[in-house]
Amino acid sequence: MNYIDNIQPIHLDILKEVGNIGAGHAATSLSILLNRRIDMKVPSVRIMPFSEMMELTGGSEKEVVSVSLRIEGEAGGNMFFILTVAEADRFIRKLMSDHLFTFQNREAQHIGFSAMQEMGNILSGSYLSALSDFTHLKLQPSVPELAIDMFGAIISYGLLEISQYSDYAIVIDTVLTELEDDNVETVKGHFFLLLSPESFPTIFEALGAGYSE
Amino acid sequence: MNNVRDVVKVGIADMNVVQAPETIRTSGLGSCVGVVIYDEIARIAGMVHVMLPDSSLAKSGAKNEAKFADTGVPAIIKELTQSGARSFRLKAKIAGGAQMFQYKSGSDLMKIGPRNVEAVKQQLKIARIPILAEDVGGNSGRTIEFDPLTSILHIRSVNKGEQQL
Repeated sequence: MNYIDNIQPIHLDILKEVGNIGAGHAATSLSILLNRRIDMKVPSVRIMPFSEMMELTGGSEKEVVSVSLRIEGEAGGNMFFILTVAEADRFIRKLMSDHLFTFQNREAQHIGFSAMQEMGNILSGSYLSALSDFTHLKLQPSVPELAIDMFGAIISYGLLEISQYSDYAIVIDTVLTELEDDNVETVKGHFFLLLSPESFPTIFEALGAGYSE
Repeated sequence: MNNVRDVVKVGIADMNVVQAPETIRTSGLGSCVGVVIYDEIARIAGMVHVMLPDSSLAKSGAKNEAKFADTGVPAIIKELTQSGARSFRLKAKIAGGAQMFQYKSGSDLMKIGPRNVEAVKQQLKIARIPILAEDVGGNSGRTIEFDPLTSILHIRSVNKGEQQL
């Protein structure tokens, strides 16, 4: 039995709310960190084949900066905060007031790397604690890890557990945006929440929607 | 298989077979392993993008053969021989199986890269297919492309750049 088959529209709405609350808190944290207004787009919750998931944010080969963690506890999964290298550079330049910083320069173990990890830590922490408050589930995040590599190579870790059940993933994708001075809205990163299939009944039940196996 | 594109793409948990002058490619290999098996005389090559070492890890549903090393390697060999490759001439080149994250807590699944590599090698040994080149392990993602005309495997990684095996 494929776990995807049991997902009803109401379940997708619930997951949208999960993304909404989680990323909303993260956007607030980021606004405070950068002292700028950060907004979020309405989360997209989609059931998609792995091959399609691998092509999000510019393709599986695209180099990205990622801060990711494992979620364990009453519900499990993986969370990824993903930015293009250019977005991540802009972030750290603002945060550190260092206009020359770039993630392209890997040799210099610049303090920007740990700043990025710390920022990912704060953002995913606010996402998860909001999620935990909302569902009343105990969630334990692992220490977030920074990776600068191909998107596909990174995100495939979030698909491993799911791949034991299906070739499709339920992708909760929320985009953070910032309105620049020239009124142009720029993308500030993606949150991808990939819950393990075993967690869905727990989450739906916690939020009062039945889910039959 | 007989399409007109020059580069045939193989997705995650997917496989395909090409005939020169086509080349075959898969991108964004992390802990996954890209297995190329080819017949250099017939100039036919197959590629499978393996995610997990063993099909016994599947918990439900119909199994996608290409997802697992123990089913994917035999499946691509079968497809190759059906496409005109001779089994005694088959050779292999493999890449991938990185350990991208440390994740101190967490399940064994997060340390799957080396297990994938080992399972692929075991299957190739069973099929008596020699491994002529490999670029496995490490902590970087890889994109690979194989050219059946030259039997060269092109590998690109973010940290090490381009190399040819």
